[in-house]
Amino acid sequence: MSVNDLPAVNAPEPAGKAEGRLDRRGLGLSLPTWPFVLAMAAVLAILPFRFSNTYYTTVLVFIGINTITAVGLNLLMGYAGQVSLGHAAFVGLGAYTSAILSTRLGLPLWVAIPAAIAVTSLIAYVVGVPTLRLQGHYLAMATLGLGIIVYIVFKQWDPVTGGTSGIVNVPPLSPLGAKYSDNPRLFDLQTYFVVWAAACVLMVLSANIVDSRIGRAFRAVHGSEVAASTLGVNVSGFKIQVFVLSAAYAALAGCLYAHYVKFVNPEPFRFTFSVELVVMVVVGGMASVWGAVVGAGTVTILSEFLREFGDYDVVAFGVILMLIMTFLPQGLTRAASDSLRAALRARRRE
Amino acid sequence: MEFLSQLLQYLFAGITAGSIYAIIALGFTVIYNCTEVINFAQGEFVMLGAMVAAWAILGLHLPLPIAFLLAVAVAGLIAAGLGCVTIPPLKRASVVTLIIITIGASILFRGAAMLVWGQDALPVPQFSEGSILVANAVIMPQSLWILVVGLACVVLLRIFYDKTMVGRAMRATACCKEGAQTVGININRMVVISFALAGVLGATAGVIVAPISLASFDMGTMLGLKGFCAAIFGGLGNFGGGILAGLILGILESFGAGYISSQYKDAIAFVLLLAVLFLRPQGVLARRKSG
Amino acid sequence: MNGTLLELKSVSKVFGGLTAVDDLSFQVPAGGHIKSMIGPNGAGKTTVLNMVAGVLKPTSGEILVGTERASHLETHQVARLGIARTFQNVNLFPNMSVLENVMVGCHSRSGKGLLRSALRAPSQKREERWVIEQALEKLRLVGLAGHSPEMATSLPFGMQRLLEIARGLASEPRLFLLDEPASGLSAREVMSLAEVLAKIIAKGITILLVDHDMQFVMDISDEVVVLDGGRKIAEGPPLQVQNDPHVVAAYLGEGD
Repeated sequence: MSVNDLPAVNAPEPAGKAEGRLDRRGLGLSLPTWPFVLAMAAVLAILPFRFSNTYYTTVLVFIGINTITAVGLNLLMGYAGQVSLGHAAFVGLGAYTSAILSTRLGLPLWVAIPAAIAVTSLIAYVVGVPTLRLQGHYLAMATLGLGIIVYIVFKQWDPVTGGTSGIVNVPPLSPLGAKYSDNPRLFDLQTYFVVWAAACVLMVLSANIVDSRIGRAFRAVHGSEVAASTLGVNVSGFKIQVFVLSAAYAALAGCLYAHYVKFVNPEPFRFTFSVELVVMVVVGGMASVWGAVVGAGTVTILSEFLREFGDYDVVAFGVILMLIMTFLPQGLTRAASDSLRAALRARRRE
Repeated sequence: MEFLSQLLQYLFAGITAGSIYAIIALGFTVIYNCTEVINFAQGEFVMLGAMVAAWAILGLHLPLPIAFLLAVAVAGLIAAGLGCVTIPPLKRASVVTLIIITIGASILFRGAAMLVWGQDALPVPQFSEGSILVANAVIMPQSLWILVVGLACVVLLRIFYDKTMVGRAMRATACCKEGAQTVGININRMVVISFALAGVLGATAGVIVAPISLASFDMGTMLGLKGFCAAIFGGLGNFGGGILAGLILGILESFGAGYISSQYKDAIAFVLLLAVLFLRPQGVLARRKSG
Repeated sequence: MNGTLLELKSVSKVFGGLTAVDDLSFQVPAGGHIKSMIGPNGAGKTTVLNMVAGVLKPTSGEILVGTERASHLETHQVARLGIARTFQNVNLFPNMSVLENVMVGCHSRSGKGLLRSALRAPSQKREERWVIEQALEKLRLVGLAGHSPEMATSLPFGMQRLLEIARGLASEPRLFLLDEPASGLSAREVMSLAEVLAKIIAKGITILLVDHDMQFVMDISDEVVVLDGGRKIAEGPPLQVQNDPHVVAAYLGEGD
């Protein structure tokens, strides 16, 4: 007797409309995300035209870029429960690869960017296979070590990466043509829309993934690896899958960064940035696509805001970080939704 | 002869750096043994020790021994403070949360140091002048000081753990928490003491390395990370392993920089870290955990 | 469905110096059979379950599922042969709801990949719908359908056990391994458990279970295997085993 003898219970009945709509809220399943993302996109679409100062547009572009990385990292850390203290490396790899391909090899961006994402994903795969066998502390350490090694390579491998000076004259993002990329104000605007369009699309895609068989497999791996494997989940396969996926998100963010700022150097990709990325995910709220936006926004705005305080910014950042981790380890989004839920419950009781 | 003297030069440089890594690794191990927390702020204790000593000597014109004691006391107190802060989240927090808390602390300390002492590097004078020649290799007396102090640290730590009440209590805590509590050991107090001890160790490393590397607000990061690599290499929680690993790391770095390439010198520690994690996560030098 | 579903052939498991399971052989027939393993503490029962589930590998001997060798397979591959299990200390996914826990059980029976999930292709939506309905059906079988939206670990212990069973059922196994399903349950909960097990075997699923509750085991089992010190000392229908002198001796020694 073999598995083929099992009755074919896999194929869903190809019947017509299923009986009635599913009561998703009653079953505890999440509501579709895309309407909310659409609402956010609508608000974002108007914002830059309300700003008198292009500085705010620039900040929002960076928030958007960080959101992309954060959404991917959230899949890894929040849903699948794996720690990465080296994700800056993947952002950097995306940025550098795309910069090198477009400057040295003169490849057009619509080739260079996907190629950069592919290369970074491949590196993530190769690196992920031995690394993801490790647990907890050890995984964090391995990713930390990897991140630092990549940074050192960026800094020292002069012939390829340009060393500490980096790569200059990186071609700008110009899907709408040179007219938009030559004019600084128009370039900012155009990049703003490209970045946030990508971020919104990725948020919806990620939310879809989370609420699917694959997403449940990620979360099952986080919940209990042993139990997940006894239900047929290939635990190591899925860990690697989510790791590579999060690296691909980071690589895209890196590419967008490189072709917005138009030059690449090692400094933005140090260990500090990896820490900031983790902070974005954790502070925003793990296991929540919105957490990534909130976290990216919070950290970016906080850094900008604290810069006003001159040298106090670093101290303040450290203090705020410790406070949030101690008192709100679930992150801001969860804290907000918990207090909202508590308030609603209290209202209902009256 | 030329080759030999160069070899010896690298060797001594390596042992010097390695001793520093070893002391830092000890600091990690002390905290880990008691709390299972990886203290990413360990490097900042080194920096605090160096900065306070530098300020005491250069600014307050205090003699070296006083400056040393001051540095160690300040770092120990601040470390104890960090220990107090980590106690509440310790019980229920996940690995990630604890890691981030100590990272947050390290950011805080670095920022505070930058505020207090500015961004310039402070030149701390060597403990004694002159230089020593061994087979045509020049050794700075500071290197010998580092070795001597390092050795003293190891010996004192051994005495602490074996002979003092507090030390034995810490060993009990490290091995079996519930058992320790039933005999009346105050776990929270042990946590704070272990942090203070790590602070003292880190500051010691900072004071003795400052004359060589200059004291600056950002010297802690790399030193801490490399000491951390040594601690893993030697087996987290394994004192002897951490010391040996630190020395080996220092020597490997020195030879690597001298004979292969000085560009990627910093990467050596992390490549070693990865090799250990991938091949033998419990540490190459780890002995089997004895009850 | 007839035939031998599971066969252990001279299976041994040695941990360091300790022999947990020693040259164990028995068969479990397919088609709604309940076979139980009993024995004093440390007899190796859970180790046997872990080996069948693929969590542990036997040191020697062979485990066959149907006609296929299974001892060398990874845990998730063994699961896909149609084996589900529960755990002694209930191993639910604490970060997911009751319904979602059971939905994970459908993992091996569904297959829509990353791209279709991300884009919410119609085929993927249909599959999701089907998974939800399957999960609800299993929850109804154990009587937990009303608790769907609650977090799995917020349920009382007895219900968590039932949830774990529902989750295992969602994979439509041929063989269901139950590790001490009655432990920690009140007498009434044990009766509900027995009813659920009856429903399971009515579907043609075979159960191999381990437990200490003698009454429970003797009541529901078709056959019992008795282990002591890793070795089989008796096998047969409950009544026969109960009166076997070796079995009595083993338990008297234990002071049960």
